[in-house]
Amino acid sequence: MSRIGVFICHCGENIGGVVHCDQMAEALAEHPGVVVSVDYKYMCSDPGQNLIKEAIEKHKLTGVVVSACSPRMHEPTFRTACAEAGLNPFLCEMANIREHCSWVHADRDEATRKAIELCRMMVEKVKNNQQLQPIHVPITKRALVIGGGIAGIQAALDIANAGHEVVLVERDASIGGHMLQLSETFPTLDCSQCILTPRMVEVARHPKITLMTWCEVEKVDGYIGNFEVTVRKKARSVDMEKCTGCGACMLKCPSKKIPSEFNAGILIPDPENPRKKLGYRTAIYTPCPQSVPNKPVIDRANCIKFTKGKCGVCAKICPTGAVDYEQEDELVVEQIGAIVVATGYQVWSVAKAAQDYPYIGYGEYGYGTHPDIIDGLQFERLLSASGPTGGKVMRPSDGKEPETVVFLSCVGSRDNEKGFTYCSKICCMYLAKHAMLYQHKVHHGQTFNFYMDIRAGGKTYDEFSRRTIEDDGCIYLRGRVSRIYPRDGKLVVQGADTLSNAQVEVEADLVVLATAMIPQPDAEELAQKLRIPYDKDRFLSEAHPKLRPVESQTAGVYLAGTCQGPRDIPETVAQASGAASKVSALFSADELEREPMVAEVHRAAPPIFSICFGCFFCERVCPYGAIEREEITARDGSVIKTVAKVNEGLCAGCGLCAASCRANAITLKGFNDEQMFAVVNAIGEEEGF
Amino acid sequence: MSRSSQDFEPRIVAFVCNWCTYAGADLAGTSRLKYASNVRVVRVPCSGRVDPLLIVKAFERGADAVLVSGCHPGDCHYAEGNYYARRRFAIFRDLLLYLGVEPERVQFSWVSAAEGAKWADLIDRLTAQVRDLGPFEGYHALIDAAKAVS
Repeated sequence: MSRIGVFICHCGENIGGVVHCDQMAEALAEHPGVVVSVDYKYMCSDPGQNLIKEAIEKHKLTGVVVSACSPRMHEPTFRTACAEAGLNPFLCEMANIREHCSWVHADRDEATRKAIELCRMMVEKVKNNQQLQPIHVPITKRALVIGGGIAGIQAALDIANAGHEVVLVERDASIGGHMLQLSETFPTLDCSQCILTPRMVEVARHPKITLMTWCEVEKVDGYIGNFEVTVRKKARSVDMEKCTGCGACMLKCPSKKIPSEFNAGILIPDPENPRKKLGYRTAIYTPCPQSVPNKPVIDRANCIKFTKGKCGVCAKICPTGAVDYEQEDELVVEQIGAIVVATGYQVWSVAKAAQDYPYIGYGEYGYGTHPDIIDGLQFERLLSASGPTGGKVMRPSDGKEPETVVFLSCVGSRDNEKGFTYCSKICCMYLAKHAMLYQHKVHHGQTFNFYMDIRAGGKTYDEFSRRTIEDDGCIYLRGRVSRIYPRDGKLVVQGADTLSNAQVEVEADLVVLATAMIPQPDAEELAQKLRIPYDKDRFLSEAHPKLRPVESQTAGVYLAGTCQGPRDIPETVAQASGAASKVSALFSADELEREPMVAEVHRAAPPIFSICFGCFFCERVCPYGAIEREEITARDGSVIKTVAKVNEGLCAGCGLCAASCRANAITLKGFNDEQMFAVVNAIGEEEGF
Repeated sequence: MSRSSQDFEPRIVAFVCNWCTYAGADLAGTSRLKYASNVRVVRVPCSGRVDPLLIVKAFERGADAVLVSGCHPGDCHYAEGNYYARRRFAIFRDLLLYLGVEPERVQFSWVSAAEGAKWADLIDRLTAQVRDLGPFEGYHALIDAAKAVS
């Protein structure tokens, strides 16, 4: 006979302000099997939890229903409270009368009726709940970090320094990411490469870190503590063991006209030979001289040997015979306990907007049609001492020093009509930095910045952007630009100055667009491999926006950096360290407790053994390969029948097998048929629904 | 129990997955979006867990419409559970249509954890559709017919 306790939370006014909790308690007290039904202001508070614990002891409860917020919020709280009072935690269920009722309905009577019914449904469910015991699984203390930008580097170093093994996978030929491309960083004007390269070298040297560049994650199987990750080692065409990184191959490679990704594709006429351009790379290349590892790869799409079959200069010149044209992609499987995703961002190439995204883009700004209209990352390369011009500001069309530079904020950001709704967060600051660095290099130059708002939140950020305006004389114009077009060797920027209510026209030599920060083009694909959710803009979603910002919804998968949303370097580093400490905490125990919501195949005494008749349809639908075959044998060893068996370590508890089983032999613990039908049966008990 | 169509309030039962749609419905709450109170949500780990018999049971209990909602294609927390749900649902729906059940009474949808507004709109739209349709009194006629045959 069930003895159920119902505990109704007011959540202050959140529930109590809409639902008549007292009426609800009275109605539930009459429900069959309910022996105690009370309401209280804050059930999750200590006194609230004590109320539950005391009732469990006093009324010898066999089940508890807490009518409060979403179980996604407080289910662990109340289950723990029950366990503390000696009740199996899985005999506690929650009825969600806040998110699904009081917050979304205004009519008090209607909301009360619904809340009562939701609560009845859970009472009926809990009557059918069974005691379950947590599953203990071992943890592989080895982390995978996906992405070798500053986020991945920081996470890898932190985890490795805590004493755990790390595999760092980077799809590019070198780690470093976007930060390595930057000239100087706001607000201190630290040289980006100077502060980053020591970290990169530390990663390469660290005895606990396995660095896998030119590699991509192919497949992810398993679950927290026990992932099995397949990594594709793309054919580098260079033997890493033999290569010494001398660079002779790159000097001799005849394919010299490939725009360098590291230079963000910007090409500048060579002042010494106007027919040549700077900013190219060769087909066998390292992204930049500071690359880690400093060993090249062959870009097969552009290599003459691979496209035309002739050449082979690099193999001839290589003193150690490291070039290997026959190399093939290789798949390696790594046993991993936790994963940090740090795949970073891209800047939106507004020229390609129409093909890539369902957004209109900014054709009127002429990006991609005029060489002197560039994006922020390209200007960053122009300013950088390691850039194509060695840090001299030159414009791409004719190599002249631009005397008037116009910056445009929010190109694609904060624009519901033509771009993305979100703020890219870093642009206000990097444009201020760009203007400042430009003025430091070109003293007679003039800069203009068209902005919507100056968002300089952060330690000494506002002071920094004020310096750009007050000390370096950048003219900030609050308004949008409607059009940019070439006229007499200049670029005419037509815009509005909404503070003086005037139309402005600036004749510029160079225009820099702060285009939106967007996730990597294959962010969705990776998220699907990892089974983690992402938002409408394809940024990966955190488990809770306030309280679990570095975890994904999937246990054992953590997020760091701009793959989760736009942010700057210090925030990225902080988040990466946060994710790393989560991993270290996970690795501090040898075993992990998992929720026992797994499938179970029916077993009975002989001569039935099991109602499973061995069709193994469950085996076909199971996404985790968790169904095994078990032979039931007689004493003489002969097989009586073969039935399904669930590997509890692999089962993730989706219930596909249970819904597919023709014999009804598989049930999902916690969501078994008795429970599900009891819930549905409770619907409509209240007249008026 | 027969209900007059003047004061007809549709009864809708929604089977939603824990990871996407349930979280989306939570988000609608957190965002304080208002929507029709006619829906009763049943949480399941995955839309693939929904046995068609549960849908029949809901109709037996007087539901006027049933909604099954899970993660978007490709986004399933369990990799592919929602595809099984969709296939199973398509076949089951064909059967119901063959029996003369209006297609609006059984619906399938994808609502992600970020789509609180979509959830609210979906429930409002579904409620309005079913209100136009009227109570699902055909269910009991169907059962009676089935009994007569057997």
